[in-house]
Amino acid sequence: MDLSRLEINRRTALLTSAAIAANVINPMRAFAQETPRKGGVFNVHYGAEQRQLNPSIQASTGVYIIGGKIQENLVDLDANGQPVGVLAESWEATPDGKTVTFKLRKGITWHDGKPFTSEDVAFTAMNMWKKILNYGSTLQLFLTAVDTPDPQTAIFRYERPMPLNLLLRALPDLGYVSAKHLYESGDIRQNPTNLAPVGTGPFKFVKYERGQYIIADRNPDYWRPNAPYLDRIVWKVITDRAAAAAQMEAGELHYSPFSGLTISDMARLGKDKRFIVQTKGNEGNARTNTIEFNFRRKELSDIRVRRAIAHAINVPFFIENFLGDFAKLGTGPIPSTSTDFYPGPNTPQYPYDKAKAVALLDEAGFKATGGNRFALKLLPAPWGEDISLWSTFIQQSLGEVGIQVDIVRNDGGGFLKQVYDDHAFDLATGWHQYRNDPAVSTTVWYRSGQPKGAPWTNQWGWEDKTVDKTIDDAATEVDPAKRKALYADFVKEVNTELPVWMPIEQIFVTVITAKARNHSNTPRWGSASWHDLWLSA
Amino acid sequence: MRILSLAGRRLAASIPTLFLILIGVFLLLQLAPGDTVDALMAQMGGGDAATAQQLRKFYGLDLSVPAQLGNYLWHLVRLDLGFSSIYGKPVATVILERLPPTILLMTASLSFAFFFGLVFGVVAARGVNRWPDTLISTLGLIFYATPSFWFGLMAIVVFSVYLQWLPSGGFQDIGTVQTGIRGVLDIAAHLVLPTLTLGLIFLAIYLRIMRASMLEVLNLDFVRTARAKGLDETHVVTRHVLRNALLPMVTLIGLQAGTMLGGSVVVESVFSLPGLGRLAYESVVQRDLNTLLGIVFVSALLVIVVNFVVDLLYARLDPRIAAEG
Repeated sequence: MDLSRLEINRRTALLTSAAIAANVINPMRAFAQETPRKGGVFNVHYGAEQRQLNPSIQASTGVYIIGGKIQENLVDLDANGQPVGVLAESWEATPDGKTVTFKLRKGITWHDGKPFTSEDVAFTAMNMWKKILNYGSTLQLFLTAVDTPDPQTAIFRYERPMPLNLLLRALPDLGYVSAKHLYESGDIRQNPTNLAPVGTGPFKFVKYERGQYIIADRNPDYWRPNAPYLDRIVWKVITDRAAAAAQMEAGELHYSPFSGLTISDMARLGKDKRFIVQTKGNEGNARTNTIEFNFRRKELSDIRVRRAIAHAINVPFFIENFLGDFAKLGTGPIPSTSTDFYPGPNTPQYPYDKAKAVALLDEAGFKATGGNRFALKLLPAPWGEDISLWSTFIQQSLGEVGIQVDIVRNDGGGFLKQVYDDHAFDLATGWHQYRNDPAVSTTVWYRSGQPKGAPWTNQWGWEDKTVDKTIDDAATEVDPAKRKALYADFVKEVNTELPVWMPIEQIFVTVITAKARNHSNTPRWGSASWHDLWLSA
Repeated sequence: MRILSLAGRRLAASIPTLFLILIGVFLLLQLAPGDTVDALMAQMGGGDAATAQQLRKFYGLDLSVPAQLGNYLWHLVRLDLGFSSIYGKPVATVILERLPPTILLMTASLSFAFFFGLVFGVVAARGVNRWPDTLISTLGLIFYATPSFWFGLMAIVVFSVYLQWLPSGGFQDIGTVQTGIRGVLDIAAHLVLPTLTLGLIFLAIYLRIMRASMLEVLNLDFVRTARAKGLDETHVVTRHVLRNALLPMVTLIGLQAGTMLGGSVVVESVFSLPGLGRLAYESVVQRDLNTLLGIVFVSALLVIVVNFVVDLLYARLDPRIAAEG
């Protein structure tokens, strides 16, 4: 990697984190250097139970928040968002991008005492990442084999070039290793280890009482010296957000991750000295609010109508009055937190301009008869309070330019089925999750040819050959500078055509006790291993 | 022996009803868009179409709806409730695990509501249109009109956050698992607030019913006769009026035992209790058909049993009913 470019990267990273720090409700308190204290129990809010806990077969924050402390990944992100080795010590790619060699750390054992070797990596990569793991199966589509010449070396062989910077930015989420000896026989999905995970991480699984709690204890044989500090982590299952806020106040919870409380409770606790409420530490889990257009409606297939809809909505007003400090104006599918790929704000944008919206609609031939031009069905996703508020705001804003909007609410399964499989929507709104590299889960929103029924992909009935080509070229481009330029083109193209509009950028909010130390020190801290986390007295 | 044959007849009459309910719920859930794989995708944050197809096969969703229904009923006949897709274990096990907190909460709050409803109802009826009546009726109205989640949250704020007297949620202390009498006390402490929250709403209903039926019975001829005999007022109320006034209350309990199972979703969520209500809610959201049908099955059984017990109680309270039945 070119050193001068790295410098710039670091500087942008610092600037971004400074900007984020300024965004924090509770200004970071300056700590005097304290000596880390050993011991203590850390109680974590767990809002939605998953069906299993193994991050090698399910990529979601609900699994990382637990499994990420017990199992470890090959690579994680450091404080500046740069890849840093965990189970892998170093890595190297051949110039053609078809072979990536990982050197693994020596002397690591699984929690059951068996040694960790390259066999485990090869087994996990071929049988879990490539076959079962969501997003992993797309990332590793062209992985043909993982060779293990010795216990400390894993050589990944690809049929097509794999950009090293894509792999290294995807592996923190999609690179958790499972033990081969526990999974080699039987159906991996049904393996009981999935609910009682065994890993190499700083905490050992103890007990899972469904609907109540999960416990993991300190791993005394952990490979990092003097780590971890905590004796125990307890995840408490609390589905009611208001009840979780009350438990934070009662001191029965130390940490509520990933915007787990209501917006008003987060704002309220932010003013309380006992808590820190901030977005720092979640930059790796950026998301954007969307408006998804169904091109099967003839009105929406007209670009003037899509642009008119964007111009009709006063996004800064919405953010200021409903989301407050937890959100900012978005500029497209690649959020500003992505230091490696953010193309800057100079791509086509659609600022609030009601007159222009009206003019565009008139020009497109949709005259208002009796106040109404046409009616649209809007399906909001049920993931968060912000989406619900945003959908009502869309309804009222579009009402003012003569588009009647009917909101149809569904639960999670129903929403995905109706939008991405049945295509029974005109407008849909939800979250697009950005996972550190646009090739992981962003470009699928725009690339044509997505199989029907695949959630969070291009199901709009929209196809653009230029965009498809840019996406495909970027996915196999091994030169980082050229890749960045290709993604800048991609953002320009999709912001011009506007099949999906992404006007709000959000980062998950952390609510944590002020006693916690070494927290939020990486961009994906909620998912990280917490080996250095400690609680002051 | 008579009781046994009555029980047998009741059960035989309920089996067709039970099957109809299960088939109805099964078909109703087919109308909800999305299946358990869509719900899982929503939870995972996405995945490709091949994964979805594999998962559908894994959960047996690649079969047609009649085939799925047939499979389910065939398992049910052999008393097998099937496999839960969220929990990855047999539905019967999942439900058995969740039953104790629900039954404890249900019995505790129903007893609380029944006892205090009775006492306050009698007091209000005795002092009808005077200040005790007004006070009790107003309080009852307030309890009835307040949503239970608000009650629950306020109880947590007052008793757990400010006073720190009681735990704010959960079924037992996680840090130190107690056994024996201390374990019982620990669970009891965790159940105080949920019981009160759930019980207050039922209390409001019971006291209104009790008051009304007391007033009605107090005006009947036999009460006048009792008074004419020279019995004192306490004796009249406890021996003659109360027993007759209790009938509507007992009816109500029978009806409410069923709704209580579903009605505790809110309370279980607010207090993070691992009960059946939350399990049912979760199974609907996750489209876990087997678990949901299992819960419907168990609830229906419970309602049948409670109604049977209520019938026996009727006979005890009013011998005329048994003579006619």
